[in-house]
Amino acid sequence: MDDYGTESDSDYTSYWRDWFISSRGNEYFCEIDEEYLTDRFNLTGLNTEVQYYQYAMDLITDVFDLDCDDEMRETIEKSARHLYGLVHARYIASTRGLTKMLEKYKKADFGKCPRVMCNSHPLLPLGLSDIPNLKPVKLYCARCEDTYNPKSSRHASIDGAYFGTSFHSILFQVYPTLVPAKSQERYVPRVYGFKVHAAAALVRWQNSVRGDMRRRLRKMEVDSGFKDGEDDLEDEDEDEEEIDEEEELQMQLQQHQLVEYRGGATAATGALVPVAAGDAQMGGVA
Amino acid sequence: MSTSSGTPESWISSFCSLLGHEYFAEVSEEFIEDDFNLTGLQNQVAMYKEALEMILDVEPEEDEEEDDEEEEDEEDISGDARDGPGRERRHHSRVASDLSVIESSAEMLYGLIHQRFICSRAGIQQMSEKYELGHFGVCPRTNCNQTRTLPVGLSDIPGEDTVKLFCPSCLDVYVPPNSRFQTVDGAFFGRTFGALFLLTFPEYDLSRSGAEAASSLARTGEDQAMINGMYPKNIAPGLGRNKIYEPKIYGFRVSEVADSGPRMQWLRDKPDDLAILDEARNFAEEHDAESDDEDDDDEGMTNTGRHGTKRQYNSVIRQKQGRNGTAMEVDANGAGSEL
Repeated sequence: MDDYGTESDSDYTSYWRDWFISSRGNEYFCEIDEEYLTDRFNLTGLNTEVQYYQYAMDLITDVFDLDCDDEMRETIEKSARHLYGLVHARYIASTRGLTKMLEKYKKADFGKCPRVMCNSHPLLPLGLSDIPNLKPVKLYCARCEDTYNPKSSRHASIDGAYFGTSFHSILFQVYPTLVPAKSQERYVPRVYGFKVHAAAALVRWQNSVRGDMRRRLRKMEVDSGFKDGEDDLEDEDEDEEEIDEEEELQMQLQQHQLVEYRGGATAATGALVPVAAGDAQMGGVA
Repeated sequence: MSTSSGTPESWISSFCSLLGHEYFAEVSEEFIEDDFNLTGLQNQVAMYKEALEMILDVEPEEDEEEDDEEEEDEEDISGDARDGPGRERRHHSRVASDLSVIESSAEMLYGLIHQRFICSRAGIQQMSEKYELGHFGVCPRTNCNQTRTLPVGLSDIPGEDTVKLFCPSCLDVYVPPNSRFQTVDGAFFGRTFGALFLLTFPEYDLSRSGAEAASSLARTGEDQAMINGMYPKNIAPGLGRNKIYEPKIYGFRVSEVADSGPRMQWLRDKPDDLAILDEARNFAEEHDAESDDEDDDDEGMTNTGRHGTKRQYNSVIRQKQGRNGTAMEVDANGAGSEL
């Protein structure tokens, strides 16, 4: 995957894993504990997956002392990296691994969501397949719940199976408090201030889908996690479509005085947003 | 005025070749020279006249004349020789310090003209050529399959936000991947361009990516009916069934009811049958059906609806119609006359 030049002169005595995670392009990986690596239960089935399994394992755990030529060593290096990746996919779903990845997530080591409305929310790595050598790693944004391609080509070549399809979901199952608040905020294409029919019709349809979902969730008394637009359950036909976001918020505030709601996450919307009328921009374009 | 359109060293072409200015089109001099196109910009840009001259590579003639006059004056008034060079130096220093101000004014002015230019016929054509060559990058979203994006602003007022990329496949906006674009003002592209582009070139095959799409223009037949002014295949081709990310844990889908369950799938959703989105037509049909017979109204609907939303959706429209406004009525009439 990477160039071999740096590996072949890597020092035997230095810790292989230290070197691996600090080398360029491997920023997404965290360091696997020695304990986890030496517990053979965690490695079940990997011996058939990886060539020179034992040597590769020795290399990872820094007990490699086979006297061999450079070519052989390179092959073993490659196997070691593959093995490390496969163990990594399992490790990051374990308790210790989750905490380590969580630290990296908080530091935004995996980059930030490119979607404008997500406000640079940190991303998490994911694979679209658990089988190696099928699909490269992608990045998952917990805010818009979509997947994105890594910016850098050196990350785009990492195997997605080294992170697995389940990791990010497990992370938020284990740490449900970290689930970011969802937002209805979105981009609406406009021409000289006017919405475009095709896009606006789709937006209306999507809003009705969202309304259905929120009504379903409310029936089951599950918090939908939206911090805004608490009122679109009953009043979506009134306030969602034709009104700009700011005005929408204002509208909700007014309606609050009339209608009582029990699922009370509405306080978040209480931050008063001044009505900056959306029509003001019309003047800018002749 | 010297029209040096062909020379590579014109201010405009050197501006457009600067690092980070790859998104800009070269505004034609005819466009800038038409005063109508510059209406209102005087008040928005400092040192407007000088900036405009810089953009058009016009030598500041008046200054030269002044110099001549000054020289003449100096010659006339003998004994003021000491004063002459000093005045001249002052004059030169004024030019030097102003040059950077004029330069930044010129960039601002060019950006604002650019915002208007790319919405003109010539400008949008030039941008479409750039689009075909992939100058604006591709959508980072996995399910958009490298759809090429368009540069847009989120505001028409300069200084508010930087340039963003609009993906016609998912109708969303993204931050450009390279940080050098984070110094480019979004107002230089404006809010209108992205959507106007799609309306201007409805035949573009958006689902095709990369260089192969260059030949796709004017290829599609007109036999396909438009929905809401767009070809159905071009209405958010990156959204809908199989284009929505579904989180799974060890192969099992995460339930919507879970705290960490999917809540944003609507954002990437699209009806399987886009005819649902033709609201005016649907309303007209339904309205006719209702007036004929109340029970008939879900006849042609249940087979097209997905998750049964169509009926609900229509009921929403009906409520809306009942409650406020005649907007839908107007639409319905328009569609009705067409039918």
